[in-house]
Amino acid sequence: MRRSLSVLFRKEVADHLHSWRFNILIALIALTTLASLYTAAQTIRSVVPQADQPLGDIGLFLKLFTTTDGKLPSFVAFVGFLAPLLGLGMAFDAISSERNKGTLVRLLSQPIYRDDVILAKWFAALAVVGVFFLALGFIVMGLGLFVFGIPPTAEEVLRIVFFLLVTAVYVAVWQSLAILFSIRFRQAATSVLAGLSVWLFFSLFYPMIVNLIAPITGRGTVDDVLREIGRHQFLSRLSPVTLYEEATTILLSPDVRALGPFTLEQAIGAIPTPLPFDQSLLLIWPQIAGLVAMSVVLFGLSFVLFMRQDIRGR
Amino acid sequence: MSAIIELRGLTKQYDTVRAVDNLTLTVYEGEVFGLLGPNGAGKTTTILMMLGLVEPTDGTARILGIDATREPLKVKQVVGYLPDDVGFYDDLTGLENLVLTARLNGQNDRDAEAAARALLRRVGLEAAADKKVGAYSRGMRQRLGLADTLIKKPKVIILDEPTLGIDPEGVREFLQLIRTLSKEEGLTVLLSSHHLHQVQAICDRVGIFVDGRLIAVGTVEELSAQIFADDRFSVEVAARPLDDRLVEALQRLPGVTRVDVRRETDGGGEAVVRATRDVAADAARAVVAAGAELRKLTRRAYGLDDIYHRYFEGRA
Repeated sequence: MRRSLSVLFRKEVADHLHSWRFNILIALIALTTLASLYTAAQTIRSVVPQADQPLGDIGLFLKLFTTTDGKLPSFVAFVGFLAPLLGLGMAFDAISSERNKGTLVRLLSQPIYRDDVILAKWFAALAVVGVFFLALGFIVMGLGLFVFGIPPTAEEVLRIVFFLLVTAVYVAVWQSLAILFSIRFRQAATSVLAGLSVWLFFSLFYPMIVNLIAPITGRGTVDDVLREIGRHQFLSRLSPVTLYEEATTILLSPDVRALGPFTLEQAIGAIPTPLPFDQSLLLIWPQIAGLVAMSVVLFGLSFVLFMRQDIRGR
Repeated sequence: MSAIIELRGLTKQYDTVRAVDNLTLTVYEGEVFGLLGPNGAGKTTTILMMLGLVEPTDGTARILGIDATREPLKVKQVVGYLPDDVGFYDDLTGLENLVLTARLNGQNDRDAEAAARALLRRVGLEAAADKKVGAYSRGMRQRLGLADTLIKKPKVIILDEPTLGIDPEGVREFLQLIRTLSKEEGLTVLLSSHHLHQVQAICDRVGIFVDGRLIAVGTVEELSAQIFADDRFSVEVAARPLDDRLVEALQRLPGVTRVDVRRETDGGGEAVVRATRDVAADAARAVVAAGAELRKLTRRAYGLDDIYHRYFEGRA
């Protein structure tokens, strides 16, 4: 790591930890986590008696993350909903605030590379969020131990850690978008609104639009239907929300064996056991790669935009 | 004296506006140079091009022989820049802000803090070193800004409108500080301002910059000699009565090029007599000879103010 990058990184991390904004966001997420954990602990008893398998096989620990009583969403749903908010909230004014405070020009008149400034911001926000999510996940696991009295299996721990890492990557996508907007827009309010509109678009409207332009009618031959589904899936997967949902579903529900259509032929002879971890991971590797790629592309755009910008005072 | 800042044919074109037009300028070692011009003349753009923060459309800016566009990092190692309306992190203390800058310039923590404390003492902010910058007054921020430009131990400092928004006493102290620093540390200073008196007070040489073009360079005396070639001396005469006969007599004095008269209701008035030589004594004699009462006689020296106005007069 270049020296100036590490100096800036330290400053950014300190900034986040001291800022009201970050602490409010964290408190919000910690609270919702506890709420969903509580309901999960309440309802998980209804999951267990149905199982006639050993407890380890049904992934009891994973159920902690996905179970819901129907009133409050599950932990996964909460995180999926709040992660973009966290990403946007952490970075929507990353560059514009420095510009408006007049610190950007002072910073850039020091012998540092321009990209160090945005890289430091990106890494710092990601590090802080990553550490926070890992901590949160471990707290949930710890509480799970407390509630069940059964330790998680190694595989469950792996799945949970990967789930948390994928969440961090997902946050990074939104963060890159927020940084891009903070470079493009001088006003923080404009940047927030732009970020929120993209978020609303992808989480609410985009699925509707996909249904509209690539509906699954289920009519025609098998090939027709498969083609319909293929088109539908392709379009849905252009959205980071879909990618994240698919990745977390597979990671936390080992009994889900495929994301696409499943023909009767394929089902015949298959043993209905949970997938091993490496198979699940293999299944969602493209999703993870897609999320990373989105993040990198957005960051690349910010980079190009920032390099070509004239830096002036306020 | 060796050249420290060399601008050659520097040009910046924004869409339709030519912000800086073919600027050629040399600033020498140890000099305090004032870049003088109205708002929007292109001073800030010029400065930003010297630091490689804005890319010139044409021409080169060299500082200590380093091309600012090609190697901005090297330039920024030796140039301290104080932007107008400098920004600090309000939630950090003055000391922490300086230490951050020092560390970005490659100093380690301990050296950085020692250097920062020394500079804070230097600019008179030692008492406020551990206060958050958010609580600093405008003048204090400006002095902190000066410390901030100095902490990298620069060879050149560039100050963009450094006195904007400070009270007159603060301005005097601030300029004095710059002057002292420049002389003691052998710093080359480039200072931009639209404030004539301040520039006049501390600059060795000034350049007048209007609409992206440098229209005159030199010491204040040289500039006034250049511009007021035919009327370098000016005398204000107040007399009563100031009638046409007296005005004519003043006009006939040898060397007089122009007489401007402002009459008062009691028959008296003031006349500004411009001439190529000092005509104060002759003017006094003429007034007495005309039998009028001499109320005031002031010899006026030209300052930058007049130089400045004269340029705009000529342009209008």
